[in-house]
Amino acid sequence: MGILQNILEQVINGLRSGSIYALIALGYTMVYGIAKMINFAHGDIIMVGAYALYVGITLLHLPIVAAVLFSIAVCTILGVVIERVAYKPLRSAPPLAVLITAIGVSFLLQSLSLLIFGATPIPQASIVTFEGIKIGGVSISGITIVTLIVTTICMIVLTWFIHKTKMGSAMRAVSEDKGAAELMGIDVNKTISLTFAIGSALAAIAGILYVCQYQSLRPTLGAMPGIKAFVAAVLGGIGSVPGAMLGGVILGLIESLSKAYISTELSDAIVFGILVLVLLVKPSGLLGKIRKEKV
Amino acid sequence: MKNKKIDKQLIKNIAIIVVVYAVVAGLLYGGFLTRQFRSLLVPVCINVILAVSLNLTTGFLGELTLGHAGFMSVGAYTGALITMNLNLPLVVEFPIALIAGGLMASLFGVIIGVPVLRLHGDYLAIVTLAFGEIIKSLINAMSVTNGAMGLSGIELHANYKHFTFVFILTILTIFAIKNMVNSRQGRAVCSIRDNYIAAEAVGIPVSKFKVMAFVVAAFFAGIAGVIYGHNVGTLKPTTFDYNKSIEILVIVVLGGMGSIKGSIIAAVILTILPEVLRGADEFRMLLYAIVLIAMMIFNSSQLKERILANDIVAKFTKVKKEA
Repeated sequence: MGILQNILEQVINGLRSGSIYALIALGYTMVYGIAKMINFAHGDIIMVGAYALYVGITLLHLPIVAAVLFSIAVCTILGVVIERVAYKPLRSAPPLAVLITAIGVSFLLQSLSLLIFGATPIPQASIVTFEGIKIGGVSISGITIVTLIVTTICMIVLTWFIHKTKMGSAMRAVSEDKGAAELMGIDVNKTISLTFAIGSALAAIAGILYVCQYQSLRPTLGAMPGIKAFVAAVLGGIGSVPGAMLGGVILGLIESLSKAYISTELSDAIVFGILVLVLLVKPSGLLGKIRKEKV
Repeated sequence: MKNKKIDKQLIKNIAIIVVVYAVVAGLLYGGFLTRQFRSLLVPVCINVILAVSLNLTTGFLGELTLGHAGFMSVGAYTGALITMNLNLPLVVEFPIALIAGGLMASLFGVIIGVPVLRLHGDYLAIVTLAFGEIIKSLINAMSVTNGAMGLSGIELHANYKHFTFVFILTILTIFAIKNMVNSRQGRAVCSIRDNYIAAEAVGIPVSKFKVMAFVVAAFFAGIAGVIYGHNVGTLKPTTFDYNKSIEILVIVVLGGMGSIKGSIIAAVILTILPEVLRGADEFRMLLYAIVLIAMMIFNSSQLKERILANDIVAKFTKVKKEA
């Protein structure tokens, strides 16, 4: 196999993991845009989505499509419940309190799944049984093709939703100015719940794709992709939807190429190094807007 | 008048320290402690040092730090490598290891200090988390730290037999941080937490004090790391992960952010409680999570306001707040 094919394969791998990061990053960035908080528990919703898929297929013996819908529904409801129970009482609290609560929720989800499912990894076969294809010596696995198609569809639908529907405009209005949006008759609480619902549904899809890739379930499965997706969101400019997509793909490419050509152990350090670098040079990210802080 | 009051407080504190030490040492050297409790003495001290130092950045400076375990690991590895390679008597090599571990950790504190100058709030929390992960993966990749295998056979210079020394170190840490918080620098740090724009406007060099708080916190975390390494005897990069940082954060939050006394009490309780309730070990993390969420929601709820309005409870909390 030539060097060119090798590089191409790594690029495709990077696109695959990058598009999963992008899906997760969208959840972070939408919630940040509207509720002005980092939802630390977002990564663990991915884990819940993956476990829900396992429950649906292995324990309830649902057909694949029903299991996927079940997983998405579980995460959507969970996301809304978390927002109502843990974050809503803290709407006017200082950011530090909200951040610590979010970390608490993340820990809660992890330890609950540890109690229910145990610490030993559970194998879960991929739901994609579709064979890969080979184009000019470059082989692309089935899961890669499915991941790329699913994430592209999700992003197109989301962009359409945000820009063309009434609820989408409400979301944009709330993210721009919560007070003014409320005066215009927008139900802010409902909009925030909707944002959490959409973000969690995307996280469920990301969780399903992730578990099809790695085929094993652990309670801490969501932590790393969650943090990396956050890096992607910051890289693209937090609060910006196209930024999250771009950031996710770029991060996936960097990670895949550094794993292949620099060092497997150092790839995490490189990814986080990029985060630090971006925050130092351009804290607003690639496509983000600069917000001036007022007294 | 004022001097007399401070002296009284000081005498009271010294009395408490002497009594605590006498009781614990009496139990330890008198052989009244079971193995399980004996092995808990040093971890309690380590957690007190970690919690008090994290309180400096999270409680007094008001910036959430999620990479405290990273500083701890830098100190632990530095100290362990020094005592393993220097073949000097304990009295010489252990203090060298402690100071070197602390200094190395504070060097990393300076490196973290650079982004600290430009960021605050959520972003800073994420950067400290990222630094913790970077340190972990660097330790994993380096050969001098023996990668994922970790170090083993570290001389046990800080296990329960050396409790007196560890106890003195803990007290020194508490005094250093308490004095710093009550000094001019400490007031400057607190003013940054309360309103950094106002602090800047009255001429406080915000950046300098922020970095200073981080460096001091990192130094003591490094010292805690050195003690940890010389108590357990083995070091692995995975010991110092994100969960360890959160564990320290839980102690600080439970004890009360900005309260040194609270941190000490919470550190003692949260180290001993899981060991006493061995059977419920799986529920420990669940308990931590619920404590975090409940404390935060309670703190900003109206229930707290009502309780504070009540006179008897107000007196009780007032005593706590003075710490």
